[in-house]
Amino acid sequence: MSFCEPTASVLISLIASFNILANVDVHLNSANTDINNQKSLQNGAKLFMNYCSGCHSISFMRYNRIGKDLNISDADIEKNLMFNSEKIGGKITSSMPKDGSLKWFGVTPPDLSLVSRSKGVDWIYTYLHSFYADASRPFGVNNKIFANVSMPDVLWALKKTKSPKAFDQDVRDIVNFLDYVGEPARLVRVDLGYKVLGFLIILFILAYLMKKEYWKDVKYGKWRAKD
Amino acid sequence: MNNNKNWIDQRFPLTKVWNEHLAEYYTPRNFNFWYFFGSLAILVLVMQIVTGIFLTMHFKADEANAFASVEYIMRDVDWGWLIRYMHSTGASAFFIVIYLHMYRALLYGSYKTPRELIWIIGMVLYIVLMAEAFMGYVLPWGQMSYWGAQVIISLFGSVPFIGPDLLIWILGDYVVGDPALNRFFSLHVIALPLILVILVFLHIVALHTVGSNNPDGIEIKKNKDKKGIPKDGIPFHPYYSVKDIVGVVVFLMIFSAVVFFSPTLNGYFLENANFVEANPLKTPDHIAPLWYLTPFYSVLRAIPPMFGSQFPGVMGMFSSLLILLALPWLDRSKVKSIRYRSYPYKIALGIFVVSFIYLGYLGMQPVTPTNVFLARVFTVAYFGFFILMPWFTSIGKTKTEPKRITG
Repeated sequence: MSFCEPTASVLISLIASFNILANVDVHLNSANTDINNQKSLQNGAKLFMNYCSGCHSISFMRYNRIGKDLNISDADIEKNLMFNSEKIGGKITSSMPKDGSLKWFGVTPPDLSLVSRSKGVDWIYTYLHSFYADASRPFGVNNKIFANVSMPDVLWALKKTKSPKAFDQDVRDIVNFLDYVGEPARLVRVDLGYKVLGFLIILFILAYLMKKEYWKDVKYGKWRAKD
Repeated sequence: MNNNKNWIDQRFPLTKVWNEHLAEYYTPRNFNFWYFFGSLAILVLVMQIVTGIFLTMHFKADEANAFASVEYIMRDVDWGWLIRYMHSTGASAFFIVIYLHMYRALLYGSYKTPRELIWIIGMVLYIVLMAEAFMGYVLPWGQMSYWGAQVIISLFGSVPFIGPDLLIWILGDYVVGDPALNRFFSLHVIALPLILVILVFLHIVALHTVGSNNPDGIEIKKNKDKKGIPKDGIPFHPYYSVKDIVGVVVFLMIFSAVVFFSPTLNGYFLENANFVEANPLKTPDHIAPLWYLTPFYSVLRAIPPMFGSQFPGVMGMFSSLLILLALPWLDRSKVKSIRYRSYPYKIALGIFVVSFIYLGYLGMQPVTPTNVFLARVFTVAYFGFFILMPWFTSIGKTKTEPKRITG
């Protein structure tokens, strides 16, 4: 006991100091998403289209590509995910006018096609969880890791109606979806990589055996070291 | 078949070239690990050219469309993502291979008589490759592309008297913009690759004229049998061609692991900030070139401005490259290979390698007083290696070289 207590107090104060540092140094929580979890991606797509796409475009992404990759039929996409585009092969762009958003928010909401690649999934996840009440801001909220951000806490309704765990899962799903949007090829890239490496391992064995066979000439045969 | 060969041989020296450069090109029998990187450099060059041809089919060299066209390649072009990742990973792989290839030359004294021209052609190749990589890096038109170009090109503005005019002449504008993007594209896809291919050709012709060096650093041509074949030589083809195939497959395994599992390599091969489109109004907090240029970028930053001009730093950076050309004449040692070199050389080479790597690391870090101090120390060590070389290669006891290759 006498040993444990000082250790524990040191640990606690260390953790406390990390927490203090966290506010300064931007400590990011792990998003812990799984891009191969199709359910999560589908839910993320639905939530993104409902809560984010009003303001944010993902203009490098096409509706039917999402359908193809996430196993959603064109009919379902048109019914549930398309609010402002006319064509299933069209790019996903927000219908908010740019000069309007500049007037209303002071900034045009950025395109989120590549946000997972420039900021990273942990940043998005932490950001979405870091809104707090701040009466001095126009929308009454501020963000811990993105000070004085113009974006309102758009997920507040979700947070209110769901259990903390279910809400957290929703946030993860949105982040997961954005991760997929950043690089759709990742769904096939890693699997293909294993196949390519498998092929190369077999090729290596053959190439090595061929080299060994030829180099017998150098070790013992026609081309062995002379005198 | 034989008839065909005769028909061609009467009109073109096919058999002669085949024999002189492959089947009867006698190569030392004792090549080790370090001798894979020449053929690997050719492999990467070919790969960059082939993937580059396909990227050029879809890329738009236009300020307004360049960034989106890269994402179009990544998403809408069939296999576009693979071609692009092979090209971006290939750029870094090229430098890894070339740095190891150059280090091999340092280890075994491959730049010494009679191979000075091979070294000089190789160094020009290296400098052209850096220009090629830099211009390629600008094309995707991300934030780092744009601001990296802004920083590097502005160096030319520091040249006394003609600087400002030179800058406008290079950019075709007052800032990096559409004209710069278009000319960089032109240089990247045709002018510099053409020079690279010609220089590689000259590099190999020069090599095959004098013959390859080897880990013992002795000349195999001094010991020939009655037929005039070096006693320690073996024909390049098939012996080294089959050996190089093994090297190629191992290289491709590592290469594929990066391409398929971590194409950005945590921001080292593709920077996070470059996934944001270029914005001339928003300077990033931290601008750093890609890793292969950072040792020289470090030298640039280590040298303080003098008389209100950045020019000394620019001179320092370019001389850190050009001084490599003088290497064959700075080295006074009687032996070539590290196996028989004196201790002062071994220690100096060790310090040089550590300085070079550390300069590379510092070039990626933000400027802090400690980092600037360290960069200065390592810059002095870097130049010291060359300036003091005539001295430390002529002192100390070297071992006697063997008469014949030791294996």
